Amino acid sequence: MDKPERSPHPSGDNRFKLLDRTITRHHGAGNALIEVLHSAQEIFGFLADDVLLYVAQALKRPQSQVYGVATFYNFFRLKPAGKHTVVVCTGTACYVKGASELQHALEKRCGCKFGETSKDGEVSLMQARCIGSCGLAPVAVLDEEVGAKLTAAKLLERVEAWLGGGKGAAVGGASAQETRETREEAAP
Amino acid sequence: MTVEELGEIGDKERARQAKLEKRVLWCSAAGCVSCGGHKTRDALKKAVKQAGLEGKTEVVGTGCMGLCGRGPLVKVAPDETLYANVDEAAATRIVAEHVAQGAVVEDFRVDTTAPFFTAQKKIVLEDCGRIDAMRVEEYVAVGGYSALARAVCELTPEEVVEEIRKAGLRGRGGAGYPTGLKWAIAQKARAAQKYVVCNADEGDPGAFMDRSVLEGDPHRVLEGMAIAGYAIGASQGYIYVRAEYPLAIERLRLAIKQAEKLGLLGTRILDSGFDFRIDLRMGAGAFVCGEETALLRSIEGRRGRPRPRPPYPSEAGLYGLPTVINNVETLANVAPILTRGAAWFSSIGTAKSAGTKVFALAGKIRNTGLIEVPMGIPLRTIIYDIGGGPPEGAEFKAAQTGGPSGGCIPSQHLDLPVDYESLATVGSIMGSGGLIVMDSTSDMVDVAKFFMEFSMEESCGKCVPCRVGTKHLHTLLEKLAAGEGTAEDLALLEEMCVMVKETSLCGLGQAAPNPVLSTLRFFRGEYERRLQPSEHFQAGGGPERAGS
Repeated sequence: MDKPERSPHPSGDNRFKLLDRTITRHHGAGNALIEVLHSAQEIFGFLADDVLLYVAQALKRPQSQVYGVATFYNFFRLKPAGKHTVVVCTGTACYVKGASELQHALEKRCGCKFGETSKDGEVSLMQARCIGSCGLAPVAVLDEEVGAKLTAAKLLERVEAWLGGGKGAAVGGASAQETRETREEAAP
Repeated sequence: MTVEELGEIGDKERARQAKLEKRVLWCSAAGCVSCGGHKTRDALKKAVKQAGLEGKTEVVGTGCMGLCGRGPLVKVAPDETLYANVDEAAATRIVAEHVAQGAVVEDFRVDTTAPFFTAQKKIVLEDCGRIDAMRVEEYVAVGGYSALARAVCELTPEEVVEEIRKAGLRGRGGAGYPTGLKWAIAQKARAAQKYVVCNADEGDPGAFMDRSVLEGDPHRVLEGMAIAGYAIGASQGYIYVRAEYPLAIERLRLAIKQAEKLGLLGTRILDSGFDFRIDLRMGAGAFVCGEETALLRSIEGRRGRPRPRPPYPSEAGLYGLPTVINNVETLANVAPILTRGAAWFSSIGTAKSAGTKVFALAGKIRNTGLIEVPMGIPLRTIIYDIGGGPPEGAEFKAAQTGGPSGGCIPSQHLDLPVDYESLATVGSIMGSGGLIVMDSTSDMVDVAKFFMEFSMEESCGKCVPCRVGTKHLHTLLEKLAAGEGTAEDLALLEEMCVMVKETSLCGLGQAAPNPVLSTLRFFRGEYERRLQPSEHFQAGGGPERAGS
């Protein structure tokens, strides 16, 4: 990261140094673009224009190409996400078992459509093609915790816990360990 | 690392396990973890500690045990008793009663003599649920990497390809292209550098077979890739995993590191002259990247857009160099073929479709989960014997295979043998292995619309028939589903399906109309029932298009 040929980011934001580590690990190769964008999104939460420009410069790729890749793949976000995220699986198994009911209920409660964030910035609604837990359909991922065999009521209960119960409201599901890891990652 | 040293690692691990009185295996696959598997693990560990059994019993996380709908699952070895729905209280009881005193806890025991278990035949999944995916030693102890050792020390690359060809292994990603043939083309191609790519971009909604293999037995896939590399003369492999599978990515990274440390990947593998390294590449949520030419573009760090074939990747693939692309399940079959022989493999399944197929069973069915069956097994056996049929009160309507590229198989075809050719005769495809059961609550026009929406959104936009065609098909289906369509709309729908199928550039577009065509074929009544009477016909006019 102290390589003289690439100047550090003018903002002095230390997170760019973290990103540099990934870039260095891939020897600044252009074909590592997707890997680097993954890493950038993990560090910054989303891909701001500034970050994309930085990546383009570091990997010696045209800006158009970096922007093209970032917008082609569904996984990359160009806008910040809400404080909490609900990802509803819309795979075939979940569809057959009523995922659309979950979606309608969430849209009504949060007042925004899927792919958007609620006006107060609290909850982002997203859908996944299939998260591969079809045996537990319908499923949704609530801040990295998988909620299995959900109903609209059960799902809303958990969302209410975020909105009303404040932080630390217990959401049963996946391991505590996983949650801890993701919280640590989320902290800058 | 020499072959003898590899044998020693296996001996040492087996001796270590033999010293233990019991091994308590908990399913650490994504399904069971999602319903509280880690809590079960902690409870098991705590109970073992409290009972003072620490030196005699170990608690081990394994790959998928199959019965995903009834997780968390726990198995006690060596007697192989399987328990389902094991919460913390049940875990404590299992340790106190079964592990400590040898008394099976009947309340949670699963009957493993049931057809769900006995009708299956496991090759790809044989180690899933038996070994700790995070320890290479356990894989070696059950014979892992011996196929690679045999290949690099005893066989020529030509002999390896011949063995795979004779076995009759076909691509498990869906299309069923003979693997041996693919390898032979890449082997004969002359180039300074060649590549092996593992397609682990399992994008079909409702499919989680590859995920389970990667999570439960990653070394088997790495071994298959290394053997492929030896056979075609490649020294670099890439494994392309979708970003939605964080657990699989984590375990693969660990497995690659372990294999490198033991000299099973890297330079001079097993003291031979063969070098092979594997790098992991993460997908980023684009279904089209499951198409091989789009996948290669994505590995190169570009937008995942397909290109016309030929030239096929076996001749001109990654960076324009010869590349073999195989699906996870295909590669997982390679090591068993080399250890047990082509004749053994081709004796399983049917004459044209050898071996087994893994299916992810989901939807309106009692036993949801991961199964592996010999090819040619009747669909009825899968759904009623293994799957236990639809739950009470529900009636079987159709089985959907092949995801958005496949079709729905109605009840009159339940006795169809499941192999590549038979499924094609009823307008479906084998696909990568998603098998979703629908009951009478599923509206088939809506099902067709669901899949078309998927294809429409995932179309990469490169070719017109797919980009525009899927959009129009979706609009028509919306109209028909809402009961606003006319007979002309239905005719247009059919006509356009054929057009999109025949003129699209890649598999995504070519297969996108399949769910519509298949539901039209078997459930046409559901479309016709909600048609609006056509004004033109009523007015006595000719069959011109409505809408003027």
